[in-house]
Amino acid sequence: MRLRLSDEDATFRAELREFFTTKVPQQIRDTVAARRHLTREQLVESQRILNAAGLAVPHWPVEWGGRGWTELQRHIWHEEMQRACVPPPLAFNASMVGPVIATFGSQAQKERFLPATANLDIWWSQGFSEPDAGSDLASLRTTAVRDGDEFVVNGQKTWTTLGQYGDWIFCLVRTDPDAPKKQQGISFLLIDMTSPGLEVRPIQLIDGGREVNEVWFTNVRVPVENLVGELNHGWDYAKFLLGNERVGVAPVGASKRVLADAKDWARSVDLLGDPLVATRFVELENELLALELTALRVAANSADGKPDPASSVLKLRGTQLQQDVSELAMDLAGPDAAASFAGDRSEAPEWARMSTPVYLNLRKASIYGGSNEIQRQIIAKTILGL
Amino acid sequence: MDFTYDAEPVALRDAVRALLGKTYGDYENRRRIVAAEPGFDEDVWRRLAEMGVLGLPFDEADGGSGAGPVEVAVVAQELGRVLAPEPFVSAVVEAGGLVAAVGTAAQRAEVLGSLSAGERVLTLAHAEPGSRWVAPAAAVVATGQGDRWVLSGTKEPVVHGARADQLVVSAALPDGGTGLFLVDGSAAGLRREGYPLVDGGRAARVTFDGTPAQPLGEAVDRTAEIERVLAAARVISANEALGTMDVALDTTVGYLKSRKQFGVTLNHFQALTFRAADMYVSLETARSLVAWASMVLAEDPDQVVDAADRAGLKVARAGRHIGQEAIQLHGGIGMTAEYSIGAYTAHLTTLEQLHGNGHRHASALAATVADHGEVDPLA
Ligand SMILES: Cc1cc2nc3c(=O)[nH]c(=O)nc-3n(C[C@H](O)[C@H](O)[C@H](O)COP(=O)(O)OP(=O)(O)OC[C@H]3O[C@@H](n4cnc5c(N)ncnc54)[C@H](O)[C@@H]3O)c2cc1C
Repeated sequence: MRLRLSDEDATFRAELREFFTTKVPQQIRDTVAARRHLTREQLVESQRILNAAGLAVPHWPVEWGGRGWTELQRHIWHEEMQRACVPPPLAFNASMVGPVIATFGSQAQKERFLPATANLDIWWSQGFSEPDAGSDLASLRTTAVRDGDEFVVNGQKTWTTLGQYGDWIFCLVRTDPDAPKKQQGISFLLIDMTSPGLEVRPIQLIDGGREVNEVWFTNVRVPVENLVGELNHGWDYAKFLLGNERVGVAPVGASKRVLADAKDWARSVDLLGDPLVATRFVELENELLALELTALRVAANSADGKPDPASSVLKLRGTQLQQDVSELAMDLAGPDAAASFAGDRSEAPEWARMSTPVYLNLRKASIYGGSNEIQRQIIAKTILGL
Repeated sequence: MDFTYDAEPVALRDAVRALLGKTYGDYENRRRIVAAEPGFDEDVWRRLAEMGVLGLPFDEADGGSGAGPVEVAVVAQELGRVLAPEPFVSAVVEAGGLVAAVGTAAQRAEVLGSLSAGERVLTLAHAEPGSRWVAPAAAVVATGQGDRWVLSGTKEPVVHGARADQLVVSAALPDGGTGLFLVDGSAAGLRREGYPLVDGGRAARVTFDGTPAQPLGEAVDRTAEIERVLAAARVISANEALGTMDVALDTTVGYLKSRKQFGVTLNHFQALTFRAADMYVSLETARSLVAWASMVLAEDPDQVVDAADRAGLKVARAGRHIGQEAIQLHGGIGMTAEYSIGAYTAHLTTLEQLHGNGHRHASALAATVADHGEVDPLA
């Protein structure tokens, strides 16, 4: 057991902190600090800065831009990025499709897609969920039928986050409707979103924003070379991807930062000395500390590259705490929290105006990435053997 | 930062687990032992001494084995796993810890030597009626000078206060501050009324009436040392609670897999398995925080008070959660004294009462929450 970072890791941390706080434009970091939505341009600019410095996809294989860091170093990278209000690299690219292509894709696919994916030259969308296939993802119905050198895709995906910006979409499609098990007839397909027959329709969410979409496929023709790995083995790749996704969706560093900012907000409305408020800060701070330490512990266990089932703990607890922090911020804002859409001429401070949309928006966190009920199911079955 | 144990603590854990398992692996046996006086097994105590466990944190020059908090924490986890009632934390961590911190060389050699050898059971008499885990003493007053001191007043609850051969006693000094004294179990004017605790442990009301006492080191203010040792004991008892919670969850999971109702085992009911999953989340997040606090105790003892409050708060919350759910998921049998699970909950409850409950830790942390932005465990 050792408490301290090694000198090497301490230097590593200091260098990253320096980079994140000086090389990523202040105006992007201010947007994150204010909890406003980032534009496509801001996200692309930020990821390219990271990528140029080798900081966008450090967990990929070294030949495709990975850094061969230890799990602890990866953790430090992730925490420091959030701490400095730097938007993490687009998850669809960096954590989802990139590792799948790097692990299961052909050499041609790697060469074609990986550099562009790391640099966000291609913006990927995730086409997994369908109207009737949510938690029970394997019941998906979008079909891909082979026709010569192409697949013909028909069906509908939904909840596609930021699909309005998407250049490409990675999809789970049914290629064998007669397979004995529904998991067996699924393939992993890369689809150009400019293809004829593909249509993106926005869905408005409860915070007023439009971050998710429906994606419709009508006879969309996809070259067979865009199949990843083997036909009808897509479910294996999807499980690999979802395991990685779970680790990334516990934004402990961001929750810690918002909680620290919320102390200033509480001070500004003279509530930090209120014992009820102070206690909420204490409890959240302590739970976040316990979770951060758990992330460090789990990171050490997943050194063989496979996600530890305990990553379900991170997802479950991380999203609960993210939601709890947003709830505290809204409570601190009091009636100013109602002025969400008042605009910048409002007397209500921006943090207070943002607090309600953020609170409502974050209800999503316990639904996506494998809902928290599904995480409990994984813990109960895989870890506890129940 | 590294959460894995080196080979030595792992070997120690295995040895202690094997030793304790012989006596306490059978829950019926544990019930028999805690039902009789002195409430623990003197033979187990001797064997722990033979293994060097009772002298773990002390210098070899003082008769100890020169190990550190990580080893002490590992032992506490094992005690917690089987609800071993031996007075390890009160004797070794609290009383022994104060002797090591402020005793003269002669006191350290004599007291810690005989404690490590298992010849003498020590305890700390610090809590006072109405006091709430604070470092200063008020209800026991010391008078005297030089080497000739007497104590008067009452301490309660004193863990194993009736059995202890020697007591480390905190007392208000004539010129202010809190001093520390050694009192023999056979001293004149010492009255000890022992009673069982709800988890099968023992405590006593200890009354001093002009009782002769020997200053531990010098009779000067030791509030800071007491605060540190109480914090260390909080971290070690958090480890003990961790062992207890670990087995409480295991036992509950086993029960869900074997108990049948409505023609199926209970693990067919998601309403129950989800609650077990939440218990696991509490346990694992507590494990991380307790491991961290143990490392702080080992490597950065100046920060131990804050780390102990944090570990204490987390374990208090997790202990309530796991303890309450463990009983509920067992149904009626969880209420019985014959079956182990209720005793696990009782032990978690008692640990909190002896070392500080969640309310105490939260309010201690609330006093400083405005002083910092983030808590950075890697700093
Ligand atoms: C904002 C947002 C963004 C998203 N982005 C994307 C995206 O980019 N790409 C994509 O593919 N998908 C995306 N998703 C979809 C997300 O993955 C699904 O919403 C999720 O898998 C849950 O499916 P569902 O919404 O159909 O709910 P359902 O599966 O219908 O679940 C309804 C409720 O029942 C519970 N439940 C379901 N099954 C069980 C069970 N077996 N046991 C106990 N409880 C159960 C659920 O936890 C939930 O509480 C997004 C969702 C949201 C809200």
